[in-house]
Amino acid sequence: MSTLLNLAWFIPVLPFLAFVAVALFAYKSQKLSHSLVIGGIAAALVLAQIVFWTAVLLPVGGGEHAYQSHVSIPWLPAGREFAEISIWIDPATTVMLFMVPMVCLMIFIYSVGYMNFGTDEEDPRYSRFFAYIALFATGMLGMVVFNNLLTFFIFWEIMGTCSYLLIGFWYEKKYPDPNKITPKQAGLKAFLVTKVGDLFFMMGLVLLYSQVGSLAYEDIFAAETLHHLVETPFLGTTMATAVALLLFGGTVGKSAQFPLHVWLPDAMEGPTPVSALIHAATMVSAGVFLVVRAFPIFQVAAPVMVGGIPFVALIGVITALGASFIAIAQDDVKGVLAFSTISQLGYMVAALGIGAYVAGTFHLITHAFFKALLFLSSGSVIHGMEHGHHHAHAHAHHDAHHDDHHEEPWFNANDMMNMGGLRTRMPRTFWAFLAGGLALSGFPLITSGFWSKDEILAQAYTLEHGAFQAVFWILAAAAAITAFYTARQLCLTFLGEPRTEAARHAPESVPSMTTPLLILAFFAITLGWAGIPEEFPIIGGIIPNWFHHFVQSTIEAGHGAEGHTALRVLGHLSEGAEATHSNVPLFVGLSVALGGLGAGWLVYGWKPLKAGEMDRVEAALRKIGLGWLYKALENRLYFDTLYRWTIIQGTLLWADGSYWFDSHIVDGAINGAAWVGRNLSAIASWLDANIVDAFVNLVGRVGRVVSEFGDVFDLKVVDGLVNGVGVLIKALGDLFRPIQTGRVQDYLLMASVTMLALMTVFFVAVQILQIW
Amino acid sequence: MVPLQWYLILAAALFCVGLYGLLARRNAIAVLMSIELMLNAVSVNLIAFWRYTESNTVTGQVFAAFVYVVAAAEVAVGLAIIIAIWRTKNTVVLEEIDLLKG
Amino acid sequence: MTQQILFFVFGAIVLGAGVAVVTVRNIFHAALWLLLAFFGVAGLYVLLEAPFFAAVQLFVYMGAIGVLIIFAVMLTQGIMKEKQLPFNEQWWMAGLMAVLLLAVMVYVIRQLPAVTPQALQWDSIDLLGMAFVHPQGFVLPFELASVLLVAALLGAVTIARER
Repeated sequence: MSTLLNLAWFIPVLPFLAFVAVALFAYKSQKLSHSLVIGGIAAALVLAQIVFWTAVLLPVGGGEHAYQSHVSIPWLPAGREFAEISIWIDPATTVMLFMVPMVCLMIFIYSVGYMNFGTDEEDPRYSRFFAYIALFATGMLGMVVFNNLLTFFIFWEIMGTCSYLLIGFWYEKKYPDPNKITPKQAGLKAFLVTKVGDLFFMMGLVLLYSQVGSLAYEDIFAAETLHHLVETPFLGTTMATAVALLLFGGTVGKSAQFPLHVWLPDAMEGPTPVSALIHAATMVSAGVFLVVRAFPIFQVAAPVMVGGIPFVALIGVITALGASFIAIAQDDVKGVLAFSTISQLGYMVAALGIGAYVAGTFHLITHAFFKALLFLSSGSVIHGMEHGHHHAHAHAHHDAHHDDHHEEPWFNANDMMNMGGLRTRMPRTFWAFLAGGLALSGFPLITSGFWSKDEILAQAYTLEHGAFQAVFWILAAAAAITAFYTARQLCLTFLGEPRTEAARHAPESVPSMTTPLLILAFFAITLGWAGIPEEFPIIGGIIPNWFHHFVQSTIEAGHGAEGHTALRVLGHLSEGAEATHSNVPLFVGLSVALGGLGAGWLVYGWKPLKAGEMDRVEAALRKIGLGWLYKALENRLYFDTLYRWTIIQGTLLWADGSYWFDSHIVDGAINGAAWVGRNLSAIASWLDANIVDAFVNLVGRVGRVVSEFGDVFDLKVVDGLVNGVGVLIKALGDLFRPIQTGRVQDYLLMASVTMLALMTVFFVAVQILQIW
Repeated sequence: MVPLQWYLILAAALFCVGLYGLLARRNAIAVLMSIELMLNAVSVNLIAFWRYTESNTVTGQVFAAFVYVVAAAEVAVGLAIIIAIWRTKNTVVLEEIDLLKG
Repeated sequence: MTQQILFFVFGAIVLGAGVAVVTVRNIFHAALWLLLAFFGVAGLYVLLEAPFFAAVQLFVYMGAIGVLIIFAVMLTQGIMKEKQLPFNEQWWMAGLMAVLLLAVMVYVIRQLPAVTPQALQWDSIDLLGMAFVHPQGFVLPFELASVLLVAALLGAVTIARER
């Protein structure tokens, strides 16, 4: 049976083959391109399902907690050893393998309908889009199945590159408002901001490798290794803590945690399927999955406490609460979802930070489904709005009998203020969006979001260390706000009367877009039933809490009996997770979800907004003199502005300064040297012509009687010497003056001079050290 | 047997001859030939070290083999570039090819 | 003793031909000198008991690369009748650099302890062949190298093609 798990080898390979085939051969045919990519991911899904069910039924590898393939491919020579690659299947991998290909397949199918709108038949970028998303899926799947952090990092970076390419996919797009970020800039921003985190990640890997000499999971999560990491001091703390914090830096970047969250809202500039891919199935999940993957290290790391809250959890709750506030004031339908993603990721990170490993993973999976659903539905809405706009516009155009080609005014199809009443126009989209929205806000009992959030809240509550109560209440508040802005979004988009002509004429999307929505909606509702706590009143225990048992075994069995004892002795935080189920978090969870949704409905749904009316929350805040607060939320609490004025301006200043230094000081020095050289040679020739010649002539005059020898001597040696000095100095000046000639050989010469100088310095240093 | 140092010094000398050609020749093809000399010097070094210190493993030889691969690729691309430049600028004198100048 | 004599013979061929490559005025002659230098290196490989590389040196370097260079020399015609100096104006600096670098390297090499090589236990060609195709060996780098070669050749064709 367990040999079936070896099929996992092929899961990342299939989308990759699709990518290669499209990029090299099939790009001329749009149909062939998207068929290949969808076929590739569908085949990966089939394999992933086989692996999933095998792993679940055995469970994993027949009684073992993790299965590692016997085959390992050496792929990177490193000294006398090889970096090897193999597959690693444990419960965390397994549940990811359930989620990733499924969500990817839905998004890919949806993309066929989405990308066909507005592109002409010959558009080569259609195929390019599918090639990119296939590579994106390869990155995520490869990251999940392989057995070491080095390949993890490589696939992680593949995703980073794909996100850059896809967010900037419409790179030629420009907006009339110069302050609005363009897709090109957004792609660059996402790439650079996540790189900040990646740098920490890489440093963490280097540090870990320097200690362990391997990055394979079986080595770095072995009990002895963890012991070693805990007992090695490093910069006033333990090595384990340092590694954990550095790895967490990668998570902060990739999963858009405070303060590196700024890239994610702008990533909305990409096509909507890309947003869904980035925010649900792949990129941001990767960050959280890194913590899940490296959880043993996080467990043994001495928790860095800030105000009594572990650092990881603190970042999580700040992100969860802050982003949910900002989401209230967003008018862009995808903007709300972007901040809600940030907020929900904060939830997961907070859960992992307090040691609620299972709950965090569970929320990662359920969130992926309902957030993909929400993004795809919002894409369907935007499509409808654009269609409606064109339709309405063509109509008006026809009525006015304009003969010249009319310049279309820029219309923001993403703005929820332009929508309203889409429920009747786009019923299937509405129901899908509703399912996703309810799951996001944690609508009790039926939606998956409720169960995963409930588990996080329950675990936050059971940890009786004073400050953890703060985590619990902050997360509860964030949940309430989440429900509120979800209700706001639902009401503004779908309820009431259409506020523009575009909304009045918006048609329902094509079946290739709505079908994936319905499938995702099914999972967004039902998936939570796999994780109903057994202690839950009344319905608890009807369905076994499969998820908890399965995923919990990752850490429990993960390090062998001895290792686990070691962890216990070191006192890890998730011990409390085994405590009894309390009803307080349940009621809190119920009331925040229902309360938030109800409040949202009262504000926005009871009397729907009219066209041109100001947002209710903004109006209310203005009334009590807090208009600036809404403004601040609308502008994302000015983080982008802050970064622009500090980091970006600072970098530009530095660059300007360097340029000035180069053009004034360095060039000046070179020109100065040349000038000195020229003058010295002039002086030398003057000396030669006047003093030396005079002297020589004198000698010559005296010696002429003796022989012609003096003349010869004068001509050959003395003149030669004197001229030689002049020439040499001139040549030195010439050497430095044309330092930037554009000739390769000049640069090579400078490089070799530098190399020689460095070698000399090195050997001198070695000699000095030896003498010491 | 010949001491290891002899090989190393010979390789170093060959490398320096190549370096001189690389820095001083005007003809781009001659520069490419100089690079070949340098690569050969490196290969001699690798093989000599392999023979004298690691003769029971293959790593040194494998690396030398990769030097060959890189050398072949480099010559192919380098000569193609030279021919392309010859077509457009009608020169192979490196001083006249200063596209890198801003 | 025979080995030492042979070393000096081949070393002299390599160095002499190498110096000729970088100094002769006629580029075609330089290419021919280069072939001789390659031959000398092949001889050194024989002395080092690396027969595979001696053969590769003859086939790949003298055969393929040498012919390629001669082709290029002939394609870029007119330069064979070069009258001006073969060196650019920084030649003396380049020479200085080369001599200094050689001095540093010789200095370093002379610090090394003497090593006596062991007798070869296996046939090195056998071992090398195994290493290239064995899954526990260098099969992946080997395949990647072939990809690199194909990519380089395609690139070369694309660059040099007449438009």
